[in-house]
Amino acid sequence: MRGVKFSKSPLLSERLPLWRQRLVLALLLLGFVVLVGRSLFLQGINNEFLGDKGRARYERVIDISATRGRITDRHGDVLAISTPVRSIWAIPEDASLTPAQSRDLAQLLEMDVRELNRKLASERDFVYVKRQLPPELADKVSAMKLAGIHQKNEYRRYYPSGDVTAHMLGFTGIEDNGQEGVELAFNELLSGKPGSRRVIKDRRGNVVEDVESVRPPLEGKDIVLALDAKIQYLAYTHLRRAIEENKAKAGGVVVLDARTGEILALVNLPTYNPNNRGKLIGAQLRNRALTDTYEPGSTMKPFIAALALEKGKVRFDTPINTAPGKMTIGTATIHDAHMHGVLTVAQVIQKSSNVGISKMALSMKPEEMWTMFDSIGFGMPLKLGFPGEVGGRLRPAKNWRPIEQATMSYGHGISVTLMQMARAYQAFARDGDLTPISLTRMDTPPTNVKQIFSAQTAREVRAMLEMAVQPGGTAPKAQIPGYRVAGKTGTSHKLEGGAYANKYVASFTGFAPVSDPRLIVAVMVDEPSNGRHFGGDVSAPVFAQVMAGALRTLGVAPDAPLKPLATDMPPVTEEM
Amino acid sequence: MVRLNIILLLIAVACALAAVNANHKARKLFIELESEQKRMRDLEVEWGQLQLEQSTWAAHVRVEKIAREKLGMRPPAPGQIIAVEAEGAR
Repeated sequence: MRGVKFSKSPLLSERLPLWRQRLVLALLLLGFVVLVGRSLFLQGINNEFLGDKGRARYERVIDISATRGRITDRHGDVLAISTPVRSIWAIPEDASLTPAQSRDLAQLLEMDVRELNRKLASERDFVYVKRQLPPELADKVSAMKLAGIHQKNEYRRYYPSGDVTAHMLGFTGIEDNGQEGVELAFNELLSGKPGSRRVIKDRRGNVVEDVESVRPPLEGKDIVLALDAKIQYLAYTHLRRAIEENKAKAGGVVVLDARTGEILALVNLPTYNPNNRGKLIGAQLRNRALTDTYEPGSTMKPFIAALALEKGKVRFDTPINTAPGKMTIGTATIHDAHMHGVLTVAQVIQKSSNVGISKMALSMKPEEMWTMFDSIGFGMPLKLGFPGEVGGRLRPAKNWRPIEQATMSYGHGISVTLMQMARAYQAFARDGDLTPISLTRMDTPPTNVKQIFSAQTAREVRAMLEMAVQPGGTAPKAQIPGYRVAGKTGTSHKLEGGAYANKYVASFTGFAPVSDPRLIVAVMVDEPSNGRHFGGDVSAPVFAQVMAGALRTLGVAPDAPLKPLATDMPPVTEEM
Repeated sequence: MVRLNIILLLIAVACALAAVNANHKARKLFIELESEQKRMRDLEVEWGQLQLEQSTWAAHVRVEKIAREKLGMRPPAPGQIIAVEAEGAR
């Protein structure tokens, strides 16, 4: 082909078929159309994908954590608070520490080197090395700059008052969710909802612009309890002392504000430290005042007397013959420990005569008694929202045999919780009505009160209950210098496997000052076993100490002269 | 015509520079806001820790222990209390 110039190439003179140039032109045009179409598709119609890819280069979604609300007492003292802590976690595959490094880390974390190495040798992708460390310590760990060791922000709940308020507050789990007590009852309010927001970050990782708030965080609400930390502490110390002195198994104290129905204190023993729940046993966790029922014994008697007064069966001074100190109903016999002869209704309460109160009970219809028990709140839970709250046992009236109606009048064959008993006494501390009970502080007085007895009946029963703590009554040890006190002892045998055992529950429920009742205190001591087991000996002193301290704390004016009390006289032994 | 165009061009450049400057300032202010907000959160955390510390120091158990053991205090006996009527009380 050498020597043939292009311009002279014979191929040029060859006439090409027209379809070939048309085909080339068409192919080129088609190529352009495809390109334009594709760019239209990417830029106009389906621009999400590339937009997201672009934004992913500079936008970040940041989580905003929300703190769990605080729990404070009625004066604003902190009872439970969350503070940030850090957890150390590791990706075992990435974490290859030198022996010196793991030794230092273990020393810093106060854990065994072998345990640390065992964790880091784990097969899993993610292991917690140590959870909930103080931030300062965590900073030291991050300063070591170890590969594969990471940190995570978490919150830890602290309870500064420790075991004193343990049952009231309950506690949260490691994921910051309420598991017991107020923490569980108000979990919805207390727990915040973490939010997140979208931001633009620069090269150095600084946030330079807020794009949008994806979800605003919802901070947990603070809860102000009705609890008075000082009264709670008083109740705790005095109950603990009484339980030690009487070698008792357990006990509980409830303090209510008679005017508002607020729970000022709730103590159960044995208790636990909510900050360190290493070795907990079930008995420590029990919130006895709400989840355990007991047979109230004679603390039940005033309700029967009030009902009898209300129904017009008796008057304050109606004589009732309790001789010869026992009464046979069917095949069973009711005993009084002492023979009292003829007693007035008031003296039946003062001396706590089983025969006297049974006679009053039997003068009424079972339905009337049942209605009164029901309306005063026995037999059904108080619905405070506490986990495991129970209602006690109140059998339907149509199944009552006369002997049962009689024993119920002195608090056997019926069971209640300590909180129910404290609340029921509101009917006497107030003028015959009940308010709802409140765990939280109330700023306005309660409006939905429920009238149980007439004001006249309540006043009369108040007078009888005041007699019970005076010389000649069952509980002179419940007296307080400077204040007029009213209350009733209760001592009951414990039911074990359907039979009454030789174990006792000693209780006392009362209120003060009688001229204008302000506080209701209910005390229950389970199985006192140091020789004394009467409510007047075991529980009444606790009542007096707690009540005296609480009245002084609240600055309630004394309504009685401040003279030394005559308590040398032996109390009248209570019936069982 | 050319002069008008040059003036318009200069205005456009000035506007563009002003926009860049404004954006930069906004970001600077935003970073400042951000750090102040972080400080707020840190202070809140610190406040919580101080509250915790306060309630720990002021725990009734501790106060009573110090009052009894260190200061030798005790509750007054009934005979040692004198109640006074408040001014203007009933």
